Amino acid sequence: MQLTMEGLSYRVGAAEYLYPLDLRLVPGAVTVLLGATQAGKTSLMRLMAGLDKPSGGRVSVDGIDVTGVPVRQRKVSMVYQQFINYPSMSVFDNIASPLKLRGGLDAAAVRAQVQALAERLHIEMHLTKLPAQLSGGQQQRVALARALAKAAPLMLLDEPLVNLDYKLREELREELAQLFAAGESTVVYATTEPAEALLLGGHTAVLDAGELLQYGPTAEVFHRPASLRVARAFSDPPMNLLAGQSSGERIDLGSGLALALRAPAGSVTVGVRANALRLQQRPGDIALAGAVELAEISGSDTFVHVKSAVGPLVAQLGGVHYFELGTPLTLYLDGAQTYVFDAQGLLLLAPERGAPK
Amino acid sequence: MARIDLDLAHSYRPNPQQDNDYALLPLKMSFADGGAYALLGPSGCGKTTMLNIISGLVQPSQGTVSFDGRDVTALSPQQRNIAQVFQFPVIYDTMTVAENLAFPLKNRGVPADRIKARVGRIAEMLELSGQLNQRAAGLAADAKQKISLGRGLVREDVSAVLFDEPLTVIDPHLKWQLRRKLKQIHHELKLTLIYVTHDQVEALTFAEKIVVMSQGRAVQVGSADQLFERPQHQFVGHFIGSPGMNFLPARWQAGVLTVAGQDLRLDAPGLAAHPTLTLGVRPEYVTLAAPGDANAVRARVARVQDVGTYWLVSAALGEQTVRLRLPAEAMPPAEGSEIGLQLLGAHTCFYGADERLIEEARA
Amino acid sequence: MNVAKPVNQKAWLMILPVLICVAFSAILPLMTVVNYSVQDIISPDRRVFVGTEWFASVMRDPELHEALLRQLGFSLAVLLVELPLGVALALAMPAQGWKASAVLVIVALSLLIPWNVVGTIWQIFGRADIGLLGATLQGLGISYNYTGDATDAWLTVLVMDVWHWTPLVALLGYAGLRSIPDAYYQAAQIDGASKFAVFRYIQLPKMRGVLMIAVLLRFMDSFMIYTEPFVLTGGGPGNATTFLSQFLTQKAVGQFDLGPAAAFSLIYFLIILLLCFILYNGMQALGTADKEATK
Repeated sequence: MQLTMEGLSYRVGAAEYLYPLDLRLVPGAVTVLLGATQAGKTSLMRLMAGLDKPSGGRVSVDGIDVTGVPVRQRKVSMVYQQFINYPSMSVFDNIASPLKLRGGLDAAAVRAQVQALAERLHIEMHLTKLPAQLSGGQQQRVALARALAKAAPLMLLDEPLVNLDYKLREELREELAQLFAAGESTVVYATTEPAEALLLGGHTAVLDAGELLQYGPTAEVFHRPASLRVARAFSDPPMNLLAGQSSGERIDLGSGLALALRAPAGSVTVGVRANALRLQQRPGDIALAGAVELAEISGSDTFVHVKSAVGPLVAQLGGVHYFELGTPLTLYLDGAQTYVFDAQGLLLLAPERGAPK
Repeated sequence: MARIDLDLAHSYRPNPQQDNDYALLPLKMSFADGGAYALLGPSGCGKTTMLNIISGLVQPSQGTVSFDGRDVTALSPQQRNIAQVFQFPVIYDTMTVAENLAFPLKNRGVPADRIKARVGRIAEMLELSGQLNQRAAGLAADAKQKISLGRGLVREDVSAVLFDEPLTVIDPHLKWQLRRKLKQIHHELKLTLIYVTHDQVEALTFAEKIVVMSQGRAVQVGSADQLFERPQHQFVGHFIGSPGMNFLPARWQAGVLTVAGQDLRLDAPGLAAHPTLTLGVRPEYVTLAAPGDANAVRARVARVQDVGTYWLVSAALGEQTVRLRLPAEAMPPAEGSEIGLQLLGAHTCFYGADERLIEEARA
Repeated sequence: MNVAKPVNQKAWLMILPVLICVAFSAILPLMTVVNYSVQDIISPDRRVFVGTEWFASVMRDPELHEALLRQLGFSLAVLLVELPLGVALALAMPAQGWKASAVLVIVALSLLIPWNVVGTIWQIFGRADIGLLGATLQGLGISYNYTGDATDAWLTVLVMDVWHWTPLVALLGYAGLRSIPDAYYQAAQIDGASKFAVFRYIQLPKMRGVLMIAVLLRFMDSFMIYTEPFVLTGGGPGNATTFLSQFLTQKAVGQFDLGPAAAFSLIYFLIILLLCFILYNGMQALGTADKEATK
């Protein structure tokens, strides 16, 4: 289904939750709503579902205006953060409920479909239990199975994995990505974690303080953020931002450091992603000397916080590295791997990216 | 500051018969004085139970807890001089920040000027100095958690500070700051700190030594690189690392390792004694090769994901999936193409039928 | 973020049946009273409109002032005794297990007794010849006569009310206590707090909400008390225990002076409304004062 929002805005009393935005969701694909808490993701989802009426603008499905149509008449399924299931019904009845409501299926067909869905989500051994007897991850799987059973053209998920263990979240995210790819619904998934957006792929809409900042294929939005705000919202760890002055031929960062980049003259902000900073020097790199403030090890990567002459920096290094607090450390940076934003925060330069061969 | 020794087991039933009856299977563990430890594991693994046994809020059903060699099993948390920070901030609503921090000292009869000095020092360390006279009830969650932490640190003779998933209610961007604060505090005060979490990033960044737990058992105790590079148990390989280790069933016979129907040359006589083998290799250590390369397996690229700071390639090796990470600047292979994977290297581990590392085999 | 619930005008239609019932059972009678209060009803067919005359005369009535003071004194005494006692009882009740259920049932028993039966129980209880209390006191040599002595009557009514209604405060306090997470007690234990410090800094502040409700309920109920003192002492000796509602009934039913009685009912209604308004806002202000102080 083609879901289109034009000039959509939402306000409650004096508070503006969503500023007027235009969004056309890519049909049949996953769209991730990425933003901090209170950025407007849940408000936007509720408008898409029909749970709230927008203050302005319209929502259309396949060209038909559905603004104001109550949610019961829209074909939408929704999964929430808080593992919402019917507490007094067994897992089987929970999953079967949308099938029974739809009608037109006899008991054997319902049973077959419920069994198939339960197997896809690995909960077939719990069909007779009550949701309260299951773990958090299993309860969320029941909620997902129920949403899939409805087979609605639009599926909304509001941070569904945030209350689960770290590892469980990883596993379920993998499964979700495969489930979405196998289905035909348009999926909208809200999250605060940039990593989740990247792992789910699809398209991403970046929201910040009620405004829609950018919408496009996820990798594109990540590698070519249209503005400083998008870069800030879509980076984990946070992007290093350095103040610079462009002379047209080079960008002066202060403390004798400069990047050989051509940008329109004026004051600029240079954005450096954590993984662009390296320990080994390569020809053409500039050196940023400083002292280690903190080293955070996450197993696959080490994040080093360094206090340098151009300001505090965070570098992402692969593998496990131990650093003593206070040790001097020099980080190397290739100018071609930086983002340059102008004084208004709009993107001027972004690193070139290779595509898969 | 104290050295803590545990030699105990804990079950909820009076007569435990099988492993399921135990919340904590019999274990022996030591936490050195002044060390920073993390108890890491999924929900239900027993980490919170262990923390509560150390603090004295729970009595172990069998065994002892000792502080500096003294048996403290029967003592209350007060008597053990423990400080604990809980999942959600616990503060006294009617008191100001300064009064909250002074409370443990007042109860112990410390003179007023000493209290003031100590409270001032701790408040400065936690960056709460500007809010000392405000009512604690109106502050944000992270400030409240700092107050909870401060109440533990304000006692000079505290034997250990225990944390039970303390960053649960904190906003993601404030977590960075609070983690850094905890590390600085450890550096400055050199207290014994024990931290319970299910998040590997929190555990590995905070602790010098991590206890990985699963189903009531301590599976491995080690530093971040030990857990990452030589996991002693398949569970550790799976739980640590994002994504976790790749596991492939394998067979070894007379110098030939068979994985997914393909043969590789491997000289590892130590594997002869293990008919059931699992090969474990982390996505960070699988290297890309040409399909016909010597000692590489042929696989087909099923999926290529751009994860921003790296490429995640999922390759189908027969029925199995192997994942590998490629740096962001590299050119990843196209989906559907045939590639070769170099699985054997210095970081490849082999696990036996009991899911434990086979020490004698190094690929 | 508080997401607004969808506004549905159809909900008003659903309430219509209730509105009609309430109109018949409450609003129409109230209008009747207002009607009477501005008329002099000399006989069922002779009524004269007198405007605010009754209101004025009722307000000037010295007997009314006495009854009002008596009532206020009683309500205050009730609050002063029942609140601490109820909280103490709540603290003493077990938190879980079968004992908790048993104690809850026993504590709630006195709340289940019909109010005039309560009056009768204490009436017999206090008698010097067959009552346990009366006989015991007499045996101990203490002179006790609730029908003859004003102080004794007052005390008996007070103790009866305490016996009857303290369990309500206890149950509310108990509910409030159960909602405090364990972590607070654990943290206090670790901080080395004494039992009194735990009460003062954790339990009492967290029970603030339920105690507010308890104060409101007990005050309102005691201000309107009628059956129990009426059955016990009949308002005597003299008018020592004639509280406001009994005073009103005497005026209306006893003397059949409907006009002044109606006027007085309205004034009574407004007094209660005013006092509750003051109490409630006072407590809300206390609650927000905490939040304001932190800014």
